[in-house]
Amino acid sequence: MGSMSDIIFMLLFFFMVITTMRESSLYVKIIPPQGSEVTKLEKKSLVSYINVGVPLPDQQKKYGTEPRIQLNDQISEVSDIVTFCELERSARPEADRPFITTAIKADKMVRMGMVSDIKQELRQAGALKIFYNASKGNGKKK
Amino acid sequence: MARKTPGLNTGAMSDISFLLLAFFLMVSNINTDMGIARKLPPPLPPEQEAPDVRERNIFVVMVNKDDRLLFNREYGRIEDLKDRAKEFLGNPNNLPNLPEKEPTEIELLGTVDVSKGVISLRNDRGTSYDMYLQVQNELTAAIKEMRDELSVARFGKKFADVTEAQRTAIEQAIPVAISEAEPTKIGG
Repeated sequence: MGSMSDIIFMLLFFFMVITTMRESSLYVKIIPPQGSEVTKLEKKSLVSYINVGVPLPDQQKKYGTEPRIQLNDQISEVSDIVTFCELERSARPEADRPFITTAIKADKMVRMGMVSDIKQELRQAGALKIFYNASKGNGKKK
Repeated sequence: MARKTPGLNTGAMSDISFLLLAFFLMVSNINTDMGIARKLPPPLPPEQEAPDVRERNIFVVMVNKDDRLLFNREYGRIEDLKDRAKEFLGNPNNLPNLPEKEPTEIELLGTVDVSKGVISLRNDRGTSYDMYLQVQNELTAAIKEMRDELSVARFGKKFADVTEAQRTAIEQAIPVAISEAEPTKIGG
């Protein structure tokens, strides 16, 4: 009985650490659009994220107020995406590389010009499986 | 006088830690990413021209910079998009102005009329991502409903509940026929 609670505590600490570790700090503000047909993103280890949005207020001095792209933990340019995809690909085992998905996490106020540019870069990089992040909801019907 | 130290009652401790454990297990699962999956076309070789598609096989959805919609050069509303897309892809009455169908042999389903229709989605650079996703959402809904209908008719189950082989068969019978134009400025 005594060792059991020790083990449970160990598991507890493990999960506490894991939950805080997954959060990578975002420099851009993202309110995802809503959709009713959203599905879950499978195999999280094979996903690379592209965040698009307006920089957070405390970052605006450095990065301006126009929507920017965040790859991993730094603000980048559209032209960095090809390199980013190469890096993401080489970080994964070769057998998994065809299944890499690129999730585009964009704020709903972002203009499509920017998203189209990202998509063109992804096509050039050969990262053809993409995923538009959205939250579950009714959306905004006009 | 030796006094006995009272023993701590640790029976409830494992209960409490179990509770906490269950809480953190749930919390760590909550932030699953939701969204819409799509496949991009491979980059076109510069000298190759886009394939010629007959007009009846295309349903053009345009979104301008003010997030207004055009279906085949007529004003449309987002509420109507799902039904229009279903009507276009399904062509239930074999109308001559809606897409052709090609009888195709598919495993598990036999010969199925696969629509040759393609929904062509064009958006302006100024379209908001929100609107774009709403359009994608409605088109996804249309395809999902058609797949569900076929799945219930042939296998008696919803598309989400069928086996892997049946899923592949239905995906062949009703493909995600959405084509996105190369980005241009269509203005508006």
